[in-house]
Amino acid sequence: MSDLTAEGGKNTPSSPPLAGSGPAPGRGRRDWPLYEVFVRGKRGLNHVHVGSLHAPDDEMAVHAARDVYTRRNEGVSIWVVKAADITASSPDEKDPMFAPNGDKVYRHPTFYEIPENVPHM
Amino acid sequence: MTAAALDDVDLQAYFDATIAAGHRIEPRDWMPDGYRFGLIRQIAQHAHSEIIGMQPEGDWLLAAPSLRRKAILLAKVQDEAGHGMYLYSAAETLGADRADLTDKLIERRQKYSSIFNYPSLTYADVGVIGWLVDGAAICNQVPLCRSSYGPYARAMIRVCKEESFHQRQGYELLMTMMGGTDAQRAMVQDAVDRWWWPSLMMFGPPDDDSPNSAQSMAWGIKRHSNDELRQRYVDMSVPQAEFLGVTLPDPELSLDPETGHYRFGAIDWAEFQRVIGGHGPCNDERIARRRAARDDNAWVTEAATAYAEKYS
Repeated sequence: MSDLTAEGGKNTPSSPPLAGSGPAPGRGRRDWPLYEVFVRGKRGLNHVHVGSLHAPDDEMAVHAARDVYTRRNEGVSIWVVKAADITASSPDEKDPMFAPNGDKVYRHPTFYEIPENVPHM
Repeated sequence: MTAAALDDVDLQAYFDATIAAGHRIEPRDWMPDGYRFGLIRQIAQHAHSEIIGMQPEGDWLLAAPSLRRKAILLAKVQDEAGHGMYLYSAAETLGADRADLTDKLIERRQKYSSIFNYPSLTYADVGVIGWLVDGAAICNQVPLCRSSYGPYARAMIRVCKEESFHQRQGYELLMTMMGGTDAQRAMVQDAVDRWWWPSLMMFGPPDDDSPNSAQSMAWGIKRHSNDELRQRYVDMSVPQAEFLGVTLPDPELSLDPETGHYRFGAIDWAEFQRVIGGHGPCNDERIARRRAARDDNAWVTEAATAYAEKYS
């Protein structure tokens, strides 16, 4: 499932191999996993994806995320998750995946005609 | 036509339609190789500029004139590092590898903005870099917030929010110096004299000599031409210089009453090519410092890796 990484996945479906991007020996950082970072802007809001970073472990990833993405009160809570652990829908599936919503107009409030003089509707 | 070739045609058509509709391209979408590699080139160059850009101002951290100025400068330099990180993050969504990009910078296989190859000689330079250099960066970057590639546009939105602080702290620093002694005013004028022309070069070569521009505009990666942005920058900067009480070092600078734009003198493109080509005043110093940062600090990353392996 390595091709189902999220935004920062190196094995994006159409990405060709890049010359010289393989791991080099003796430099620890190259082996650090990619983490995707999510920040809750303030209480009452969802966590939102803000970017990615590399870190040696989960705890360091949170610390680095704090320094990189919240220098000015941008958040009250941070999630980090290894990009490799995210399962995403594939862009190729866009039709079978989302098309069924298209013909179900009765799922929307505007499908129903209610006289205008009915209050609070 | 084979099935595979037909597929490519469909993908290309879908990509073109997305661009034409003004929608964003996202990392997992199919995209032409030229789009991908052009973006990696541009984003990496942009990220490298942020990282190398820490150096001219970082040189003054230990010589800041007050604790207030030091705190401001420290925050600013830290922001530049952050901007580099946002951008490397965006480049990585295209399949690039962060450490590999850094290696390419150090090996001079990728470029960074020519402006950072000039030295910062006095504290007035800190102010002028904030006002003129970050001002030029803002001009370049605001339209990139609408770039067709989603992660790049989103990174630019974050960057632009922070650049405003950079420019304002620089201008305020200069206002303070201009209200000081004659010697301080002379320092500001001297810094403006040295940084004005290199700032104009930050917008890149003129439109008729900018090989990547046309394709970048067609793909919606860039939204305005180099010359358009340069003109906008000059128009913005002249009144700011007047307010500050400094003279921009261009005798040909004058308002064209018909167009409402300022005319300005010829830019020394030979100098631009020389600096881009590695022969500016500080190219070697900048790269040597980046290399030392990578190599001398390697033990930190190695220790963190060893710790993670032991305890997780």
